[in-house]
Amino acid sequence: MLTILFDGIAYGMLLFVLACGLSVTLGLMNFVNLAHGAFAMAGGYVTVVVVNRYGVPFFAALLIAFLVTALIGALLERTLYVHVYQKSHLDQVLFTIGLVFMAVAAVDYVMGSQQVFVQIPAMLQGRFDFFGVGISKYRLLIIVICGLLTLALQLILTGTRFGSRLRASVDDARVARGLGINVTGVFALTFAVGSGLAGLGGALGAEILGLDPTFPLKYMIYFLIVVTVGGTTSITGPFVASLLLGIGDVAGKYYVPKLGAFVIYSIMIVVLLWRPQGLFARSAGR
Amino acid sequence: MSSPLVSRVAAQLARRARWRPYEIAFWLLALASVFLLPGRHLILTEIVILGLFALSLDLILGYAGIISLGHAAFFGFGAYVAGLLAAHGLVTEPVLALLLSGLAAAALGFVSSFLVLRGSDLTRLMVTLGVALILRELANQFAWLTGGADGLQGVIVQPLLGLFAFDIAGHTAYVYSLTVLFVLFVIARLIVFSPLGLSLRSVKANPLRAAAIGVPVNARLVAIYTIAAAYAGIAGALLTQVTAFASLDVFSFERSADLLLVLIIGGTGYLYGGLIGAVIFKVMHDYLANLTPQYWPFWIGLVLVVIVLVGRDRLAVWRAAIAAALLWPFRRKPAAPEPEGSGR
Repeated sequence: MLTILFDGIAYGMLLFVLACGLSVTLGLMNFVNLAHGAFAMAGGYVTVVVVNRYGVPFFAALLIAFLVTALIGALLERTLYVHVYQKSHLDQVLFTIGLVFMAVAAVDYVMGSQQVFVQIPAMLQGRFDFFGVGISKYRLLIIVICGLLTLALQLILTGTRFGSRLRASVDDARVARGLGINVTGVFALTFAVGSGLAGLGGALGAEILGLDPTFPLKYMIYFLIVVTVGGTTSITGPFVASLLLGIGDVAGKYYVPKLGAFVIYSIMIVVLLWRPQGLFARSAGR
Repeated sequence: MSSPLVSRVAAQLARRARWRPYEIAFWLLALASVFLLPGRHLILTEIVILGLFALSLDLILGYAGIISLGHAAFFGFGAYVAGLLAAHGLVTEPVLALLLSGLAAAALGFVSSFLVLRGSDLTRLMVTLGVALILRELANQFAWLTGGADGLQGVIVQPLLGLFAFDIAGHTAYVYSLTVLFVLFVIARLIVFSPLGLSLRSVKANPLRAAAIGVPVNARLVAIYTIAAAYAGIAGALLTQVTAFASLDVFSFERSADLLLVLIIGGTGYLYGGLIGAVIFKVMHDYLANLTPQYWPFWIGLVLVVIVLVGRDRLAVWRAAIAAALLWPFRRKPAAPEPEGSGR
């Protein structure tokens, strides 16, 4: 029972790291980026390549995954995404679906269509007992890393100058611009960091979520649920939504394996009927 | 009490709803394909089904402004209903089964429309995508009924109206699907030019103002979503009937995404977009799939990205130019009417 809770929390934390970049870009630019999962996939594959082929230590590989994906994100943001911000949601959806299809086919071409695995170090494998609760070492690592990241993000958002600029831009980009905040720059940096976090999430999650070229399509619905249920105005909302989703999904698949996949959709529908604007959205939701 | 204003508006609306020469030409061309391209009836049937499916999306995207990532939900639902009706011998007459599948899909559309109404574009994306995934998962889990991942086996389609058997070359299938498409198209045309269609346009343009002049926004959206679901369900049922098979593939996300591309190529909001888009898409798909069988999604993606970067409005300009060139022979004294409101 507690093991399931533990696994669920690990899963939820992972989802949060994967999706938080999306929620910030959505809140900031009102930009629907369905290609977010493609960045996560990129991070996962970078890790697979550097760990399995070049024998880079696992933790260094995580850092590399973050940096490489952030770089790809920044590059794409400056060259392609920037042209699409002002367009309608339909255009954004078409554009990002197009990117997803291209990413899926390209990865399929380069890496093959079968599922790949990261060789995680021996010290992270296996599980130990803690007061009768079976704890997997790898999942514990995920919780620690993601927990620290969440804390750091929260501190950056609430405590630093960049954080207050970011929050101002999210609340009202026009006024923020009028106050002399470089919203475009803030956004480019946020986009890169968000993509990097997705890449890190993809690298960490390759072991748990499974990594193959259809990853961005398979997890698109999870990201959308996290963002819509959690709202886009803070990171607490998506965090709670991720935990809810993670625990719900793991528990559902364990207790009612036949109907497990429906648990998350039920959560989605219930929340939607109860709070159409998301769990934590302010009344003036975008 | 018909004041002069009312009658003037009525006359103008009636003039807008008139069949244009190019529309008649379009359908004559479609009719000609039955006789002129007998060897291509299999792919033409696919095009017709895709066109009908795209027409259904046009009703909600082009006329109501709802972006759907999971329109395949209704397509697949109709496909499975038709398949189950035929496989268990419940309704053996194809036309009747088609209508029943449409009704079933409409019921599903009606129920899910209340979820779609809530929230913003983003929520709609999630809900439409989620509904399609739920149905796919249901079809997968209830394997005793649907055959699960193996697909629905044992669909035997009886002759049409008890008279015309489906042949291997697909002649019956093509005439059948083309007739269904034409009938449904005429109905869609009536809907679009009716007061319901006009009020939908106002809802799409500005829901707040539409509500202010007394348009019941939510009721209108529910209505069009239900109708569109019925159309998609009939398209799916057609696919099952002409292929005598239904598989989980009918619910796939790729199907919904391809559909968006089809409609965008043809242009939204003038009903012909889906049909023209279906022709172009299938030809393109055929060509690309021959070129790189496994990686054609890459090129589909590239087309989407390029279309958005170039701009759909610019695409509409080219489309209008091509249409004007094609319509040259039909031109009357005043300028030929162009497909209005194409693109966005």
